[in-house]
This record gives sequence, structure tokens and C-alpha cells, in this order.
Amino acid sequence: MSKFKKDGGRALPPVSTAALPDIVFMLLFFFMVTTVMREVDLKVKQTNPAATEIQKLENKSLVHYIYIGEPVDTEKFGTEPRLQLADDFGTVADVGPYIIQKRTEVVEGLIPKLTTSLKVDRDVKMGVITDVKQELRKVSALKLNYATVEGGLDK
Amino acid sequence: MPRKREAQNEINAGSMADIAFLLLVFFLVTTTMDSSWGIQRKLPPPPEPNQENIDIKQRNVFVVLANANDQLLVEGELLLIDQVREKAKEFIVNPARKESLPEWEDVSVSIAKQKISDYTAVGNAEKVTVWQKRLAAAELIGEYTITKQVISLQNDRGTSYKLYIQVQNELAAAYRELRDELCMSEFRMTFTELEEASKANKEDDSLKKKLKAIKTVYPQKISEAEPKNLGG
Repeated sequence: MSKFKKDGGRALPPVSTAALPDIVFMLLFFFMVTTVMREVDLKVKQTNPAATEIQKLENKSLVHYIYIGEPVDTEKFGTEPRLQLADDFGTVADVGPYIIQKRTEVVEGLIPKLTTSLKVDRDVKMGVITDVKQELRKVSALKLNYATVEGGLDK
Repeated sequence: MPRKREAQNEINAGSMADIAFLLLVFFLVTTTMDSSWGIQRKLPPPPEPNQENIDIKQRNVFVVLANANDQLLVEGELLLIDQVREKAKEFIVNPARKESLPEWEDVSVSIAKQKISDYTAVGNAEKVTVWQKRLAAAELIGEYTITKQVISLQNDRGTSYKLYIQVQNELAAAYRELRDELCMSEFRMTFTELEEASKANKEDDSLKKKLKAIKTVYPQKISEAEPKNLGG
């Protein structure tokens, strides 16, 4: 009898927080591994369209991005869609030299594997994209990827 | 008594959690989870100066026009985006063997062998390789029918990118669904699963052969015309 009484009377020990650092470290490592530092400062708006038939870009070091969209700073740059190559605005004519310059950074054997990823805002008209594609053809950068997000057709 | 306890003290690790939290928050904020997904396409090589136009019979071409008002004209018919997939699938397979849909050709091992010897005799190397591929596919999955389908996508400068991607997506989906069906009935897995399996074990030649066979039966042929203005 006395045994039970003793047990019930004892106060609950505080919850041990000793495992907390471990849990936090685990999360920390997860984010450290998965994180991709943004390589460029986006100066154009980017809402990529949705699609279902998508493939993952395999080798990121072999991918160059061309951003197209309305400038974020519309007061300064207007609302006409602009191209962004690396960190700066560019024109369609700059696409060819940009790709050629990027080619010099890789081993020659890998050049055919270089992919150009078009990151285009969904509200952009096809005109400028067609021009960019023609430029890419001129410099024989034929592997193309239209960046999309996963999802059904958005109406 | 208190002295003895002090001697046993460990380093206070209580603030480790705080430090870790600080780092965690930093990475949480800077992480972007960059989406590297997209629709893969290959551009045609630049046109050569005196390139001749390859004549393709009209019944073999599935013309998709997208105008500046984001309307779709598919084979002369005004369609909505969600009708494109079925229409494309019917075109690619031509199940009823209609005269208006693309020309078809039956392929079996014996036919393919015959064709290879015929074309070798004429010295048409291009055709020989085409038929060798078809022979390999026939050896794997038996008899099948191929059509001479080509999908041509044309858009105006004023077409929105969103619609363009939707059309590209629907056309790719049409091919993928057909490949899935065939893959399912032949190998009991979807085409995507087969692709992934083949990617996972690159040494496995049988998987590669299966992939090639499926692609031979339903080759993805989406051509984009030289840019022109279609107007509104």
C-alpha cells in the first residue's frame, strides 16, 4: 500500500531537452545540404507556367539560364519584358555572345551537353522567346529547357 | 559538498541549441529550393542557305496554330486546350486507318528483314538504319503499326508563353500516354518507370532496348516552323 502512495505523490520530472540540439542539428544539416544559394539577383518577374510532362535538369553545372519577364523595378525600367543574362539586363543580340562566352568555361567535350534553360514569366508574349530561340539556333545551342513548375494546366 | 560537485561539472552545452537554431534559420531563409524542372526540347539546327524544303504530305502533318488571341486552330478546327491531347493521340495512332489521318505501315520481323535487304541492294543507308531500328523493336514486341506522323506547332509573336507551354505539354502528354499504354501491355510498367529503371542501371542493355523499341513505335516528332506572323 505504501508503495503505491509513494509513487503517486512524486512530482513529474521535467521533460528532458537534451535531444533538442540533436534534432536542430539534423534539420540544420538537411537545409545545408539541400540549399542552393541563389546565383543571380532576379531583376525580372518570374512566375513560371505549370506543366505536367516535365523532366529534371540533370547536371546543373551544364545549364545556363536566360530569364525573361517584366522588370521588377517597373518605375525605372518600364513594363516591357526584358531579358536577363547572368546579373544584367541584355538584349536578344547579347544571347549569342553570352552562350559562346559560357562555352569557354567548360571542357570541350561537354559543349554538346550544355543546356539553355529559358526561365520565362507566364505573361510574356512569344515574340521575344522566338527571337531568343533563333539566336540560340544561330550559335548551335540546341538543347533547350523551358523551366516550369509542376502542376496541372492553369487556366 | 558543493566543492565536490563543481569538480564534476561538464562544459555547459545549453547554448549549442541556440547556435544551431541561428544557423538553421539562416539556411531556412537563404534556401530557395530551386526548381530545375522543365520541358526538354531540342531546337532544329540552323537552316542552311540553300536548304530545300522537305515535302511532307499534308495528311501526315498535324498542324497546331496558336494565334495572338491565344486561340488554337488544330487541323483547321478551333479547339480548346484540353481537347488537343485526344486529337493528337488519334492522329498519332490513326486507329481507324482513316484516309485523312497519317499513312500507316505494318511492321513485323519478316517485313523488316525484307525491307533491309531491299534498301541495302539500292544502297539507301538512311533507310537501312531506320528499318534496323524497327526490326529490333519488332523482335522485342512483335508486330506493330507505325504512322508517318509529324506534329507541327506554329505560333504568333503575340501568343502568350503560358499557352505555348500548355500546347507543348499537351503534345508531350499525348506521346507519353501512348507510350505508357504500349509499355504497360508489353512490359507491365509505365514508360516513365521504364525510363527511370534504365537510368538507375545503365549497364542493363535489355532496359535500353525496351526503351528504344517503344520510342521506335511512337517517335516524338514535334517540329516548330520558322517564325512567322499569324496575326490575331
